[in-house]
Formats: sequence, structure tokens, C-alpha cells
Amino acid sequence: MAKETAQNPVEISVRGLDLFYGRFQALKSVGIDILKNQVTALIGPSGCGKSTFLRSLNRMNDMIQGVRTEGVVEFEGRRILDPETDVAELRKRVGMVFQKPNPFPMSVYNNVAYGPRIHGSAGSKSDLDGIVEESLVAAALWGEVKDKLKQSALSLSGGQQQRLCIARLLAVKPDVLLMDEPCSALDPIATLKIEELMRDLKNRYTIVIVTHNMQQAARVSDRTAFFLNGELVEQGDTDEIFTRPKDKRTEDYITGRFG
Amino acid sequence: MSAKSSERAAFLALRICGCAVAAPILLILGLLIVKGAPALSAEFLLSAPRMGLKEGGIFPAIVGTVILVALAISVALPLGVACAVYLNEYAGDSRLTRLIRLSIVNLAGVPSVVFGLFGLGLFVLFLKFGVSILSGSLTLAFLILPVVITASEEALSSVPKSFSEASLALGATKMQTILRVVLPNALPGMLTGAILGVSRAAGETAPILFTVAAFYLPRLPSSIFDQAMALPYHLYIVSTQVPGASETVKYGTALVLVSLAFGLNLVAIIARNRIRKQRKW
Repeated sequence: MAKETAQNPVEISVRGLDLFYGRFQALKSVGIDILKNQVTALIGPSGCGKSTFLRSLNRMNDMIQGVRTEGVVEFEGRRILDPETDVAELRKRVGMVFQKPNPFPMSVYNNVAYGPRIHGSAGSKSDLDGIVEESLVAAALWGEVKDKLKQSALSLSGGQQQRLCIARLLAVKPDVLLMDEPCSALDPIATLKIEELMRDLKNRYTIVIVTHNMQQAARVSDRTAFFLNGELVEQGDTDEIFTRPKDKRTEDYITGRFG
Repeated sequence: MSAKSSERAAFLALRICGCAVAAPILLILGLLIVKGAPALSAEFLLSAPRMGLKEGGIFPAIVGTVILVALAISVALPLGVACAVYLNEYAGDSRLTRLIRLSIVNLAGVPSVVFGLFGLGLFVLFLKFGVSILSGSLTLAFLILPVVITASEEALSSVPKSFSEASLALGATKMQTILRVVLPNALPGMLTGAILGVSRAAGETAPILFTVAAFYLPRLPSSIFDQAMALPYHLYIVSTQVPGASETVKYGTALVLVSLAFGLNLVAIIARNRIRKQRKW
């Protein structure tokens, strides 16, 4: 996995990112390149700023009052932290899957069709049907739900709901998928399915995943970044980080976790 | 006295207090049904008063109340929902929003007769709508606005934040998110608030006293600039201003009014319970 790293172009480039919640500094001069078609895992103890960092990549932190960011986040050459950025357009390209599956209380079909409908990206009913099927197939959910597209999304199991959320996101045709601990509310089997899915999806998408689970980071990611107290302590190829960490703190965290 | 028997006495006292609360409403209802039910007939409900309000029916008053309430809610609901959406979704915590919230709380505490005088001053005299259905229903709309706003805000904030987060993360604008995700899920709660507002508006006398209510109109109103009869005012008139009005007319009118308000509250309660059951989040 590590060998192809050098060839992948940079999708998102972050330089000197500071983020404040009021007077508390949650991110301290974070710099990282997120590479295209790679899975980048963000690890670190609770409260280290990894989720905050993830949410600043599609400006989801905007919703929290009193948040202030400084620094540069470049996506496709555009500085997305600029006030002029069309945030809706950004989020269309850089989508997000949340910790707890959050399907809308509507049918499976309407959940997936939500994005194409608001963006007017389906020309006709059959276009929309196509996008819905395609997205559910890509999220490895089609086989399980093709006969219950009209049923409420809330009737699905937790793992299915999370894959539905991924399908809903894929239907918008984003470039980057941000995943905020997408498996923490799921059982081990559902978790494995999502991990398999991520390995499949990275061929077409760039994925950034926050995870508390070391094994998961090791299993699914190409690159890993270790956060501690708002600082990006170390980043590199996942194999490197897990076998030969350069920073003592990274080593402590990783070995501590494994016992 | 043993601990056990003193506990029993205490519980008995509590039970008596509990029953005492239920007593007035049961007595009122009982009295109205016993004395008013005999008055109820197709003629009573569907004809105009006769003989100087001493006899006949209350049809114009029922129609008047229905029109007033319908207009009031059709003004208060959009306004109240829009205000709630602004407060809940757009406005943060600022001096302006605190002022608005304070106003809503105080609006709810204004005595209804003051609303009546306000309606008289603003709609009847200043805006020259005259004593009319328009003035009366606008006055009622302001009266029920706090109920509608409060219920709508509650309904909006009960929609999980994760829904709007999901929508925004898919690239929806705030407006799209509100229209397609938040409002549809808040609608049932908002309608409950609307119905409670309606039942409140139906029963009020003071706000319509100076703004719309007619002592006696043999015909139904034909435009919103007409005066109209209304049930609460009619009840006040036949009870205090018409010597020799028959008991059954008084109690019958009261029974119809109370049934209307009760019925609407009942609908609101049933609707709310049904929605609570459907919700799975």
C-alpha cells in the first residue's frame, strides 16, 4: 500500500491551521497533505482535536458558535476557509459521514435521492432511479434493500443505516469522503462491512477517517496522522507509523493501546 | 399513630387535594350538560336568534366564531412559524433575539382586554379597518401568537440536530435544509400549537369586544369588513344584557362554546400522542 503513496497527487493541503473555540485553542498550527485516492486515518485520544480537524475540511465547524479558524486549507487550489467560499458547493464535493447513523426519517429511496434532488442533478425519474441504485450498489447495500426502497430508513439495522448514509453521500457524487468514527456505533460485523467498503471506495474517492480504534486505522488506512492536544504530532504511511514511529508520544499512544 | 397509619392519612390528604383540582371542571361540565343539552337541536344550531335574543338559535354566532378563528390562525400560523424558524434556526444568541424572546413571553402575559384595546386602537381606529371581522381576527391573531411561536419553537428544536447536519453535509443550503428536513419533521408539533391557539381564540371575549363583535346581526357577514356575532360575546350578552332570556339558550350557548374549545384541545392531544408514537428517533 505504501509504495503508491508517492505517486498520488495532493487533494487537500492544510497549512498552519489554528482553530479556537472561544479562547480555547483546539488545533495548533496543523499542516498535512491529504492524498488523492488514499485512506487517511486520524488517530489520537479523545479531545485531541481530530474530529474538529475533520470538520474543518468541509466547514462543518461553522455551525458551532464562537469558532474561529486561521491558516490555509486548500482544496483543488481554492482556499476554502475564505469567507467567500460557497460552503454548500464545498460540502457537495467534500461530504461527511457521521459517528451515529443519521438517515432522514423518510424512505430508503428518498434518503438516497435527497442529494440529487436538492442539487437538481437528475434530469428525470429514471435518471434518479439510476443514481439511487448506483449509489446503493456502491455502498454495498443494494442487495439488502432493493425490495424495501419504499420502507422507512429507520427500519434498517444500525449497520445498514450507516451504509445508507454512505450511499446518500455517494449520490451527491463527492470527491472526498470525511468519516467521523463511522463504526463506533456499530457491531463488529457491521464494522467489517464498512471497512471493506472503504477499501473499495478509495479507488474512486479520497477518504479521511477519524477512528478511536487502532486496529481499524491499521487495517483500512494508507496514511495515518496522530493528534495530541490539538497538535499534529506525526504523520506518514500507516505501516511506518505503526511499526517505526519517530515520535516518542506516538509510540507511547500506539503501544499503550495495544497493551 | 403508627407510621403506617400516618402515612395512610397523608396519602388520603394528597388524594383529596388531587380530586379537588378535578372538581371544578367536572362540576362546570356537568352543569352545562344537564342544563344545556336540552337546548341542543338542529334549530338551535342552525337558526338565528329571535325575539330580541330571548329565543331562537345561535347559528350566526357559531359562523362568526369559526370565521374569526380561521382568519386569526391563518395570520398567526405563518407569522409564528416564520418567527420560530428565525429564532431557532437563523438567529444566534444576540441582544436582538433576547429582546424578541422577552417580548414573546410578555405578549403571553398581556391581559386579553388589553389586546382588545390594542386592536381597537391599531386596527379599528388607526388603520381604519373599522369594527370588522378583519380587525377582530387580527387582534385574536396577536393574542394567540405567543402560543403558536412557543409550540413551533419546541417542535423545531425537537427535530434532531443530526438531521440538519446530515442535510448540510450533503451540500444543501440552510434554506433547503429547513424546508425539506426541519419543517416537515416539525410540522405535527406546530399543528398541535395551532390547534391550541385556535381553542384559545375561540373562547376569548375581551379581544373581540371592541373590534368585531355585534350584539345582533340577523344575516351572516358578507365581507371581512362586516361585523359579526361570536359565541363568547353572545353568551355574555344573553347572560347579562337580555332580561328574560331563557335558561336553555344561555346554557346551550355555553355548552356549544365549551364543546368547541374542548373538542379542539382533544384533537390536539390525540394528534400529539399519535405523532409521539410514530417517532422513532
